[in-house]
Amino acid sequence: MTEQSPPRWASETFWKKTAIWVTGGSFVLLVILSFDSMKQISAGGPRVPAYSVINKDISYRFDKAKQRYQPTIGEDAPLFGKTLSEEEAEKLVDHGKKTVQAKNCMNCHTLLGNGAYYAPDLTKAWLDQGWGAKESREQMMVNFLLDPEKNARTYGSNRKMPNLDITPPEAEAIVAFLKWMSSIDTNGFPHNFIALGEEDK
Amino acid sequence: MTLQAYQKKAANCWAGCKQRHTELMANPHLSGGQKLAVHYFTVAMVLFMAQLLFGLLAGLQFIFPSFLYEILDFNVNRMVHINAMVVWMLYGFLGSVYWFLEEESGVEIVGLKWGQLAFWILTGAVTVVVLVYLLIQIGSGTDTSLWLINEGREYIEAPRWADIGIVVVVLTFFYNVAATFAKGKWSGIAGVLTLDLVALAGLYLAGMFYVTNISIDQYWWWWVIHLWVEATWEVLVGCIMAWSLMKLLGVRRKVVQTWLYIEVALMFGSGILGLGHHYFWIGTPEYWFTIGGFFSALEPIPLVAMVVHSIYDAGAHRFKNSNHPALAWIIAHAFGNFLGAGVWGFMHTLPQINLYTHGTQWSASHGHLAFFGAYATINIAFFYLAAQQARGKVWMGGELANGWRWKTAAVLLNLGVMGMTVALLIAGYEQSFIERAVEGSTWAGYFAAQNHPWFMQAMVWRMVFGLMTAAGGGLLFWDLLEIGKGEQRPAAVIDSEAVAQ
Repeated sequence: MTEQSPPRWASETFWKKTAIWVTGGSFVLLVILSFDSMKQISAGGPRVPAYSVINKDISYRFDKAKQRYQPTIGEDAPLFGKTLSEEEAEKLVDHGKKTVQAKNCMNCHTLLGNGAYYAPDLTKAWLDQGWGAKESREQMMVNFLLDPEKNARTYGSNRKMPNLDITPPEAEAIVAFLKWMSSIDTNGFPHNFIALGEEDK
Repeated sequence: MTLQAYQKKAANCWAGCKQRHTELMANPHLSGGQKLAVHYFTVAMVLFMAQLLFGLLAGLQFIFPSFLYEILDFNVNRMVHINAMVVWMLYGFLGSVYWFLEEESGVEIVGLKWGQLAFWILTGAVTVVVLVYLLIQIGSGTDTSLWLINEGREYIEAPRWADIGIVVVVLTFFYNVAATFAKGKWSGIAGVLTLDLVALAGLYLAGMFYVTNISIDQYWWWWVIHLWVEATWEVLVGCIMAWSLMKLLGVRRKVVQTWLYIEVALMFGSGILGLGHHYFWIGTPEYWFTIGGFFSALEPIPLVAMVVHSIYDAGAHRFKNSNHPALAWIIAHAFGNFLGAGVWGFMHTLPQINLYTHGTQWSASHGHLAFFGAYATINIAFFYLAAQQARGKVWMGGELANGWRWKTAAVLLNLGVMGMTVALLIAGYEQSFIERAVEGSTWAGYFAAQNHPWFMQAMVWRMVFGLMTAAGGGLLFWDLLEIGKGEQRPAAVIDSEAVAQ
């Protein structure tokens, strides 16, 4: 009996062509979606506020229509008592982001949920109830960053943040970066998070 | 020990390395490409040991937070742990391709000298990067720190100067591969491999710039991480596995190549848009819920195809093969890839559950089994193929001298990683419920979950299985250095016609 060739749908050439078309098609779709996503997540776009949002009060509330939590932007609440122009705000947030990278924060913490799991998520760190009161929050955050050992917040875990030689300008810039990051619309992540000042609402 | 004694020890060690290198270069059983491959495999194994060591240190810090505090903090250990892993995987892949390039193309490697030079440059750069990680660790918030010390982005922390070096090395590798196939035979494997390498090198560029906007930063960061790990690496491994199955079992080329195309279609068809499962919570639009959820749910399908393919082939050939340890690791790969990347990934990929599991030990659980199952296993299989050839195509079937060693190493490694995965999964469940669902993800909630006995027990068990994995790794290293030495019997002959078809 001679060997039969396989049906066309099981042949090498059929799958070769399929592989090329599927890969090409998926990639083209991804590129198109990436253009749209870039438009939507640029600072000042519909989902990621402009850097000058750090001049405002930011919170995180449950949206009944969407059935998920969402950042809210409120009244003027300048960071460290200074209202910054868009350009100044961007420079400050940029310095904060660069410091967060240079200090390798992401290999203990998560940012937007990505990173390591040895320390708390920083996505909404600005809004955390652990800072006690809105009035003292900025200074507490700066103090903590400058001397994390003395101002340790271990919640009984003994896991202390090491001293990372953060300078006062770097500490303020990190706080600005964290405040800005808390205003990003993250589709309701984290869920059920009650922001500072929202306890009774 | 005195300084002189240390110096003497170091000199002896160096002399030993030089001796091994001279022996390797004079080995009559290996082609030029295969000698280069052995270089890559050797460094890969050293980095594997580093991955294990720094993993143990980081794991211990969960149990004893004061351990090495402000000397080697968790972020340093964890960075070296995951970077050593990424780099040893890449070294394994590069070595594997250099290994079969001449045989697959039928000609000598074009520009091998450049490939050799690239190896030494890459290895020198990796050494410098690791030393800077360990000794300097962090910098001030400036561009200089990102260029010279650490970029601070998980998995691709290597400073920018090293990024540029990596691209140059990968381009040299690409030149070797493309020019060699162009001069010799183009096979289906050659075509898939060459195109995959273009994507692999190109995607790395997406991780080589700085932006202030963290949403944009993470958008492109995932292009590198996801599209490497869940797309181009998987296809590269598909090529390596296709070649290994022909070699090991004598499977017909037509069969493996058809399966390879099926795998590429399914892998890229699900994996490219499956990228969307990383775009649920980073600021990106809501349509990624549907796209990411749907396509990433399909991602296990090609992995099922790979299991069917390899296990069916092994069965069809009645498990007759020329290298028992390599076949055992290929089977571990098929199941590990399916379970670790497929099942563990699928379990938390839909946004409805990922809202609670994202950024918890769930991801660590998935990561451990997926990287081991999908990539460590296939590299180890290839190391055994290389060891067999290097010792003169010797017997590596049953009744092997000291055969207990490879078997024990395989059992320890597989059980160890599986044990760590389950321990981390329990920690992940606990974290998702207590920190996320009950406590609402505040810092207090985070620590409530971390301090919970269920979490702490899981961390202890992870450590136990981590030690088991490390013992297996050490035994594997020893076995690879010794296996086949003094063996007189030739390797079992597998139908070579099948390979040539």
